[in-house]
Amino acid sequence: MVNNGKGDILLQDVTKVFSHNGQELCALHGIDLEVPAGSFISLLGPSGCGKSTLLRLLAGLETPTSGSLYVDGEQVQGPHYKRGLVFQDPTLFPWLTVEGNIGFGPTARGEQLSKETVSEYLAMTGLLNFREMFPYQLSGGMAQRAALGRVLINRPVVLLLDEPLGALDAFTRMQMQDELYQIWRSQHTTVILVTHDVDEAIYLSQRVAILTPPPAKVQKIIDIELGYPRARDHPDFFRLRNHILSILHLNRAETGDLSYTI
Amino acid sequence: MSAISPGISNGRKFHASRDVLPEGLRHYLPLFLAAAVLILLWYLLTSKFRILPLPFFPGPDQILRAMWLDRAMLGLSTLYSLRLLAYGYLAGTAAGVITGVAMGWFKQGEYWLQPVLRLLGPIPAVAWIPIAMVVFPTSFQASIFLLALSAWFPVSVLTWSGVAGVSKAYLDVARTLGAGEWVLLRRVVLPAALPSIFVGLFMSLGVSFATLIVAEMLGVKAGLGWYLQWAQGWAEYDRVYGALLIMAIIFSTLLTVIFRFRDRFLVWQRGLIKW
Repeated sequence: MVNNGKGDILLQDVTKVFSHNGQELCALHGIDLEVPAGSFISLLGPSGCGKSTLLRLLAGLETPTSGSLYVDGEQVQGPHYKRGLVFQDPTLFPWLTVEGNIGFGPTARGEQLSKETVSEYLAMTGLLNFREMFPYQLSGGMAQRAALGRVLINRPVVLLLDEPLGALDAFTRMQMQDELYQIWRSQHTTVILVTHDVDEAIYLSQRVAILTPPPAKVQKIIDIELGYPRARDHPDFFRLRNHILSILHLNRAETGDLSYTI
Repeated sequence: MSAISPGISNGRKFHASRDVLPEGLRHYLPLFLAAAVLILLWYLLTSKFRILPLPFFPGPDQILRAMWLDRAMLGLSTLYSLRLLAYGYLAGTAAGVITGVAMGWFKQGEYWLQPVLRLLGPIPAVAWIPIAMVVFPTSFQASIFLLALSAWFPVSVLTWSGVAGVSKAYLDVARTLGAGEWVLLRRVVLPAALPSIFVGLFMSLGVSFATLIVAEMLGVKAGLGWYLQWAQGWAEYDRVYGALLIMAIIFSTLLTVIFRFRDRFLVWQRGLIKW
C-alpha cells in the first residue's frame, strides 16, 4: 500500500469489543464496508464510541477483536502516515510553532523537508501569516487547520476525519467545510468523515453510511446524488436530510434509548 | 487646597512616585522599604541597644564587618563551593532525568528502579558519608557524589511523573504521522515532560544547597559549607551569617538563571502556566 496505493478501503466483518472492569461493551459488530479510492464517505450515527472506534481501527491505533481491515489490499497492522487521522481536538504539539507542527511528520521520519513544502501547506490551510505562532495563540479554527495541514503534508491516500469541525462555531464550520471540499478535490485522497452533523454529511460526501447504536452495524448507505459544488438550499438537500433524519429517528424509537442525540 | 489639582498644595508640588522612579524600581519599592525597616529594627535590637544577646545575634554592621575582614577566605570558599555545586548538581540532575525517563517510558525500568527510588529517597546525605569515603578515591569525588545523590531524587521523581503523564493523544498523533519509538521519546515525550522536569530542577537546586554543608564535611580545602562549620565551631556567628548571606545570594542568582533557561525553552507554555 505504502507509496503506490490509491486508497481503496475494505472492511470485512469488523468487530470490536471493549472490556472494562469485567464488563464488555461491543462497540462494533460485523461491520462490512467498501470505500473506493478517492471517494468521500461520511459515517453518521448516534453518539457513542462506535464511529471513532472505526476510524481508530483504520488508523491502526487499535486492533479489531475479529474481522479485517484492508487498504489497497494490505491488512492494516498499525499506524502509518499514509492513513492520516485528524482528531476532534486538534492536539497540536504545544512546544512547536504552527510551522513546526505541520512539518512534524516528515521531520519525525527523518525525511528532507524544504521550507517551500511547509509553506505550500501553510498556504493551503490559510496559515501562512501565522507560521511562527504557538498553539496557545491560535483560535479553534486555526488550530484545526494546522492539524489538517500536519496530516496533509504527508500526502496520505486515506484521510480519516473524526468530527474535525465539531468544536467550532457554526460560521467557521461552514467555511471549513468548503475548505475540506477543496482539499479533497486537490489531493485526491479517500476521505472518511465521522460527523454528527447531517447537513455536513450531505454537503460534503458522495455517500452517507448510517450506523446503529452499539453494537454498531452499517444500517444503510445512502448515495448523495448531487453535483459539486453543492448548494445548501437545493431542494434535494432537504429531501435527503429528512430521509436520513427519519432513519436516525427510527433508530431511537426502536431501541427506546433516548440518551442518544444526533 | 484645590480639589482639581490635588498635587498642588500650599504652593509646593508633590510628585507621584510614578513620575520620579523607573518602572522596575517602583515595582520593588515596597519590598525595599520593608527590608530597610527590618534591617533598621534588627540593628536597633542588636548593635544599638543590645536587647538580643551576643554571640548568637550579631548586628548587621558586625556581619558586614566580618565579611569584609574575611573577604579573601570567603571569596575562595565561594569559588570552591560553586565548583562542587556545578559538578554535583549537573551530575545529579542528568542522572535524574535518565532515571525518570527509564521509569516513565520503559516498563522494565519502572519495575526495577521504583524500589531503588523508594529505598534511597529518605536516606539523608549524612548516612552516605562512610560509603562515599570508601568507594571514591578522593574526598572531592565523594563530595560530588553526595551532592549528586541528593539532586538526583527530586529530578527522578518529577521526570518520571512528567514522562508517564504525557498525554496519550500526543503519542497517537505522532504514531499516525510515522514516528518511530525513539523519535517519539526524543521529539514528543521529552518536550511534553519538560515543564515537570523544570520543577524538578528547581527543587534539586534547593536540596543541593542544603547538602553542600554535609558534602564539604568530607575534607575540602575551602568552601562555604566548610566555612560555616568552622565558624560555628568557634561560635563566631557573625561569620556564620555572613556565609549564609552569600549562599542566599548565590542561590537566588542560580534560581534566576534557571528561570531564564526555562523561559527560553518553555516559551510555549506562557499561555498555560504562570509560575
